[in-house]
Amino acid sequence: MLRPRWRPAGPVQPLQCRNLIAGAYNETAQVLLESEQTGDALTLRLSGGWRIDNIERIEATLAGFSAAGQRRLIVDCQGVEALDLSGAWLLHQRLQEVRAAGGTVEFVGDAPAHFKFIDEVSEREATQPVPAQESSTLRDAVAWVGRRSIQQAVQARDAVGFFGRIATTLSHSARSARHLRVPSVARHIYETGIQAIPIVSLIAFLISVIVAYLGAQQLQQFGAEIYTVDLVAIAVLREMGVLLTAIIVAGRSGSAFAAEIGVMRLNDEIDALQSMGVDYFEVLVLPRLIGLIIALPLLTIIADAMGLAGGALLSSLLLDINLSQFIPRVQAALAPTTFWAGMIKAPVFAMLIAMVGTYRGMQVRDSSRELGRLTTVAVVQSIFLVIFADAIFAVVFVQLDF
Amino acid sequence: MATANLQRQSARRQERQLPDQTAAPIISVRNVVNRFGSQVVHDGVDLDVYAGEVLGIVGGSGSGKSVLLRTMLGLHRPNSGEVLIEGKDIMRMSASEMLAVKRRYGVTFQHGALFSSLTVAQNIQLPIHEYYEASEATLASLAELRLGMVGLPVEAGAKIPSQLSGGMVKRAALARALALDPALLFLDEPTAGLDPISAAEFDELVLYLKRSLNLTVVMITHDLDTLLATCDRVAVLVDRKIVVDTLDGIMSNPHPWIQQYFHGPRARAAQGQKG
Repeated sequence: MLRPRWRPAGPVQPLQCRNLIAGAYNETAQVLLESEQTGDALTLRLSGGWRIDNIERIEATLAGFSAAGQRRLIVDCQGVEALDLSGAWLLHQRLQEVRAAGGTVEFVGDAPAHFKFIDEVSEREATQPVPAQESSTLRDAVAWVGRRSIQQAVQARDAVGFFGRIATTLSHSARSARHLRVPSVARHIYETGIQAIPIVSLIAFLISVIVAYLGAQQLQQFGAEIYTVDLVAIAVLREMGVLLTAIIVAGRSGSAFAAEIGVMRLNDEIDALQSMGVDYFEVLVLPRLIGLIIALPLLTIIADAMGLAGGALLSSLLLDINLSQFIPRVQAALAPTTFWAGMIKAPVFAMLIAMVGTYRGMQVRDSSRELGRLTTVAVVQSIFLVIFADAIFAVVFVQLDF
Repeated sequence: MATANLQRQSARRQERQLPDQTAAPIISVRNVVNRFGSQVVHDGVDLDVYAGEVLGIVGGSGSGKSVLLRTMLGLHRPNSGEVLIEGKDIMRMSASEMLAVKRRYGVTFQHGALFSSLTVAQNIQLPIHEYYEASEATLASLAELRLGMVGLPVEAGAKIPSQLSGGMVKRAALARALALDPALLFLDEPTAGLDPISAAEFDELVLYLKRSLNLTVVMITHDLDTLLATCDRVAVLVDRKIVVDTLDGIMSNPHPWIQQYFHGPRARAAQGQKG
């Protein structure tokens, strides 16, 4: 490489690195600093590549030389092959430390061109000392507790406000079909309901196979295997069907609600809607809520059917109970209310999932990390609330003898 | 404002010098064709970028300025044609060669593209941290230098991007682009959405950095003031082709779109003295 491949158009700066882009990297270029004491002066002879790709070695080299007690420092940069702003900055800072300690710094020849730039930058920047904050652990602890309490109170108030606003918007929108946003509701029924049919069916089928299998194994010991049918029918219709469906939907759609609305928040789309005078509750929250309230009970019916089918299949394979025995047995096992005891929960679960999902989505502010965090919170909280509500239903149904 | 502009531009004009075009260009775009479906955006575009110049790219909305920039960066693969960086085709580079090239250029995107979950200082430190081993103190010190270079106060380093104003976002994005001491800067609409005073400051900043660090700058801009104040040469994307010339040369180009661009009412206002 005898001839440089390019020449800088401006005035040639002696310490500018030669190759601009390709092939500029000589990974093994050493950072060197030799020091020599002559009389009262310490001479530093710099050579090698003082560039950001050598940052680790520069750091070590600069930390390595000791200028303690030196009155006069002579810096010779003429042997440096390449110097960039980062290298110059670290050197500059080190030399500033020497100056601050009362030493003088001289250069052999001109100071590197970058030093002028760094000085200009530091001049432009009016250095304002940042007021140091006093810290005391006790005060910090009290402040932390106070801040968290206020945050919690504000959050609780916001949540109540959110659900109240849903109620008022709902009563307002119910007056005319136009405000109910039927196409939007239909879209959400399709996305949260119809698209979830395969996974909900599969899971309901498999779970009822598991319940039937376990039940059959235990009940066979008493010769009461016919009660496997009762077990499957009651478990699926009362609890399993609706609970599993709600959990799957919370994972699928609760997260989708939070993420969709969260991204709209980040893009200022919600502010745009508000500025147009469009009620974003009516456009974004209600269609999701209504859509899910319609979709989840329908999904539950499918899950119930698939669960019974799973039970029937396993009974005929494992217990020799064929379909003509299975169906009368199911009819005998079920009280008239069993099916409804499951179904009645579906709209309640749907409301919980939709509200938590949209509420958490609305809370997204500022950053993509918030979006991820609140989407996670939406799923975890809606699953928790679904199971919690299911527990309350169980107690109430027992008390009511339902 | 008009007087200030005038002074700024005349001062600039004296020092404006053309790149040494006898030297090999550092980036050459050769006969690039970009198609999206049946829509042809670029039909044989050639462009050379020479070391030490500020090249402005202008064009109407949808004329493919950003696509051209993405093609030069290797983010978009053209349907045909090649992009040579110091004579090497970026499409045929090995991953390690491409990485070495990427370390030598800095990019700012239209909307800043700062990582929203990191502070400004962390945004600047990220590329350094990614490539090199440096202690926390050195990283902090290097971030401080970058903030100073773009004229942001040190306190801005602790803020997250959503707490910054539009002008500060642009500056922070430039600080991040400067993190690896690049030789080449790509700026996508650096002054869009800034008030005229901030925009003028940003122009000054780009010129200042270019002069002091001998950077090569490729910028997309719609802002005539920026174009007049900073650019040595201008590339105009019209009719799926590109016209590259000096500022004076391009202003006398007879193409109707270019005439309208540089001699419309807004352009006359920006040029002031030319009237």
